[in-house]
Amino acid sequence: MQLFSCPFCGPRDETEFTFGGEAGKIRPEPAPEVSAEDWSKYLHRVGNPRGATSEIWVHQTCGEYFLMERDTVSHVVSTTNALRKS
Amino acid sequence: MQPPRLHKRYSALSLLREGLRGHSGWQQAWRSPEPKPAYDAIIIGGGGQGLATAYYLAKNHGMTKVAVIEKGWIGGGNTGRNTATIRSNYFYPESVALYDYSLKLYETLGRELNYNIMFSQRGVVTVAHSDAEMEIAARIVNAMQINGTDAELFSRTQVLEKAPLLNSGDEARYPIFGGVWQGRAGVARHDAVAWGYARAADARGVDIIQDCAVTGFLIEKGRCVGVETSKGEIRAEAVGIATAGNSGVMADMAGFTLPIKSYSLQAMVSEPVKPCLDTVVLYLGTGTYMFQSDKGEIVVGGGIDRIPSYAQRGNPPVQATVLSGMLEMFPSFAQLKMLRQWAGVVDVVPDSSPIIGPSPVPGLYLNCGWGTGGFKAIPAGGVVFAHLLATGEHHDISRPFDLDRFRTGRLVDEAAGSGIAH
Repeated sequence: MQLFSCPFCGPRDETEFTFGGEAGKIRPEPAPEVSAEDWSKYLHRVGNPRGATSEIWVHQTCGEYFLMERDTVSHVVSTTNALRKS
Repeated sequence: MQPPRLHKRYSALSLLREGLRGHSGWQQAWRSPEPKPAYDAIIIGGGGQGLATAYYLAKNHGMTKVAVIEKGWIGGGNTGRNTATIRSNYFYPESVALYDYSLKLYETLGRELNYNIMFSQRGVVTVAHSDAEMEIAARIVNAMQINGTDAELFSRTQVLEKAPLLNSGDEARYPIFGGVWQGRAGVARHDAVAWGYARAADARGVDIIQDCAVTGFLIEKGRCVGVETSKGEIRAEAVGIATAGNSGVMADMAGFTLPIKSYSLQAMVSEPVKPCLDTVVLYLGTGTYMFQSDKGEIVVGGGIDRIPSYAQRGNPPVQATVLSGMLEMFPSFAQLKMLRQWAGVVDVVPDSSPIIGPSPVPGLYLNCGWGTGGFKAIPAGGVVFAHLLATGEHHDISRPFDLDRFRTGRLVDEAAGSGIAH
């Protein structure tokens, strides 16, 4: 069982967390001017790095969304950072 | 002294003769050549899909200047890590056209390859646990029949006839209402599928190059003209990627992204026990499925891990979920000792259908996104991918699975359609 560190609650069981997507994706705007190609890229194309990765995760029990830097081969988590400003 | 004649063909007679002379006359099943500077086609990935593609390039298209490049050993990735089940119980016509074609090819594959793949058509039953699920089961059965494959809606009694040890008590968390039966489905020896294709492809002149990692692509004037490898540059007219969980790594090297995330999918086997289960059973409720291998081991699988991963090992929470599913389904299996647990890295696509077609880089082609279901599709995947590499054009069966579907929106959404868990 792996522990992930929620920025709000501290270390918790991995089963309490859900993968929310890759970090740094920005929804293209304004919608009427977005081409099908760009929309498809935003919706479906994803980085799938072998090694270091930066992802958005959510801690289901407290609802905290945060940034997690981890390694997809060793599963070592380097940092978790809140997305909130304060 | 005359050197003993080496056996090219496997048969009962050659087995008998070799048995009488100490098995000294078998020759290597395939060569281990050094890579040539150039080929007509290169396939990256020596799993079932890649080896089958090479075989059909030679057989169906007469191409023999073909190489399969494998960074490890053939069949050492997902081909040797899956739970060996072959079925075509999908919902959409596009999927059934692909997977049922594959099942048909599997039915004659052992004879065609002159290699015993131990294909046993013992049937798959997908068990439903409520009236509502029985309606979904009926819908899938109807769809399968309309799509031209065999399917039958089973009653509770019929399910229990097939698998009498299933939990039929009043206390069952997931009671048996009935299920979907596909009698032509079954299991095969997965290593033998890789080895059989390797041997047959090699016999037709294909070079199988193991222990050779692709480190980059040769791109000239925007077109892929070969690969850089740990054994030097190899050029080719057409390059195919058949690297399953590592497709994202290949795409990154070639400078594009795919709608794929890699996850670990784990499986496990018990100690061997006497015959007690002669079909494949899947519960919609637990997502756990199992069958008994020819050695007597109970082979158990379930859903993918919840964390994107390239680690070829599974996390304990999913292992616990799968095993608790098994205990719900077969209470008597609580006595089993589990022997081994392992995982493969699967390439999961949002609509749970494969991606077959040209990549964004001309000259470079994709055969990926099989997710948890690539093994059953090896023969058909090989045929359609060979067609693509040889002609540059889609086979009719592979056209709906083009990468373009994520732009047009014509997804083949088997994740929703056939209710597969992953």
